[in-house]
Amino acid sequence: MNWQAIALSARLALLVCALLLVLAMPIAYWIARSPWRWKFLVESVVALPLVLPPTVLGFYVLVALGLRSPLGRLYQSWSGHGLAFTFEGLVVASVLYSLPFAVQPMAAGFGQVDPRLLDASSILGASRLRTFFRVILPLSLPGVITAAVLSFAHTLGEFGVVLMVGGNIPGVTRTISIAIYDDVQAFSYASANRTALALLLFSFLVL
Amino acid sequence: MTTMTSSAAPAGNLSVRVQKRFATRGAAGFSLAADFEAPPGITILFGPSGAGKTTLLECIAGLLRPDAGRITAGERPLFDAKQKIDVPVPRRRVGYVFQTLALFPHLSVAQNVTYGLSRLDAGPRRERVGAILESFHIAHLAGRKPEEISGGERQRVALARALVTDPCVLLLDEPLAALDPLTKSRLIGDLRVWNLAHGIPVLYVTHSREEVFALGERVIALEQGKILAQGTPRQVLQAPRQELLAQLAGFENILDAVVTAAHEDSGTMTCRLAGSAVDLEVPLSSVASGSPVRMAVRAGDILLATEPPRALSARNILPGTLLSLAQKDFAVIASVDCGVRLEAQLTPGALRQLGLHVGQPVWLIVKTYSCHLLEPSTD
Repeated sequence: MNWQAIALSARLALLVCALLLVLAMPIAYWIARSPWRWKFLVESVVALPLVLPPTVLGFYVLVALGLRSPLGRLYQSWSGHGLAFTFEGLVVASVLYSLPFAVQPMAAGFGQVDPRLLDASSILGASRLRTFFRVILPLSLPGVITAAVLSFAHTLGEFGVVLMVGGNIPGVTRTISIAIYDDVQAFSYASANRTALALLLFSFLVL
Repeated sequence: MTTMTSSAAPAGNLSVRVQKRFATRGAAGFSLAADFEAPPGITILFGPSGAGKTTLLECIAGLLRPDAGRITAGERPLFDAKQKIDVPVPRRRVGYVFQTLALFPHLSVAQNVTYGLSRLDAGPRRERVGAILESFHIAHLAGRKPEEISGGERQRVALARALVTDPCVLLLDEPLAALDPLTKSRLIGDLRVWNLAHGIPVLYVTHSREEVFALGERVIALEQGKILAQGTPRQVLQAPRQELLAQLAGFENILDAVVTAAHEDSGTMTCRLAGSAVDLEVPLSSVASGSPVRMAVRAGDILLATEPPRALSARNILPGTLLSLAQKDFAVIASVDCGVRLEAQLTPGALRQLGLHVGQPVWLIVKTYSCHLLEPSTD
């Protein structure tokens, strides 16, 4: 069993899942509540990773994170090293890739809350923030949990984007799915089988 | 928070002058234009669905923003288009009970009622919630969720939740529509008791005539976004001067006629009902002889006799033929052809005693002052 890759994947997935909950919640709230006409454009951009081939996404992320891009240079001057082929770069890419899996269930959950309850909360003196935490969030908890589970599981299993952005550096960017791929390439089917079985069991548990 | 605890401050009148236009594609759209003053006590907003009653409440609560006008609660302006005042909803201190009640389903009764008191310390908060649960007879339900209690109990919780915050205005949107008469009258009683102690303006939306008479000191009749009439229920509904109101207020007989003669000495005038040779004596009005009028008569105000009545004070006795009998709630509606078709209301007992059968000759008796002349609705 490749414990190093499993630990790395778990760390990545947990971090991405936590970041996504924080990041996707306001986006989902905005999508669920905004009356803006062109809102669907934002929805499309958020949903893009669902239909985009992972290699294409990975390629663009790699370019965006590279030293030729402003973002890459900014990170370089701040941290002393680039983003590409690092764990941090992997986190950024995974957040982007799993964004729709966090945003969509949450937006659906938020959208199902009866608007009259929000009016009632507001009339009873609650700010928007209080209304969100006291009314919207508790009433759409299933959506939030779905979002967390999906983004965790999806990050755990991704391959294309990780390979493009992170490469295959043991302990840094070699995740569990890449480890399986490596094992297969090296004809060590027994090892690949153990890791794959672990992932299968885990996915089953999640559901 | 001092503003929450000083409950004795006199609320003053609610003064509303708003205009709001809704653009709908194609059609002219709906526009609301209302101007009224509601003193402390219950004021009823009466009108058919789509009249703009809820829209008006939403403007007062701040959920909708009027295009123009001014809303003040006592001295406090809530909205003023000219001075660019638009107090945010959470700071308006308005109590609002929605038609759907909008109780928070994930919170218990006590938590629902406590929701608006977050600025209060735990001690006084518990005290206040306890007191209001007690006075609305729902203390025993404190730990239950809204879905675990009855409709009438939910209504009480919604009222208590709105009132516990000590609002300066209370807005009720058909809060009793779904309740049985007994539960209804008990709740009305509790609301009255509460309002005697607090004395704030209460705007009560309904389309039920019974509720208007049971509750209101004042009625404002609304139709298509405009105020048709305001005054006591008696003034507005008993002698409706407008056709729409008459239909609303349940006048079964609405008749077209032409004024044939005015009798200024007796305070009456004679009208010939359109398409018939039937004359009715009605109260004198300023309508000129020869002009068309429309009048409304309640079925309950028409008497029915099986023999020609004599020595009666009623001036209008119309012979006719009984066309049909129909049960309506607890009453029987008799439809009679007197040259025009009129409806009279009987009790089932009267029906048995008279032994009525369809086709027999009957006489209808209509008092002069039961004939209400209508103004054509201005559009």
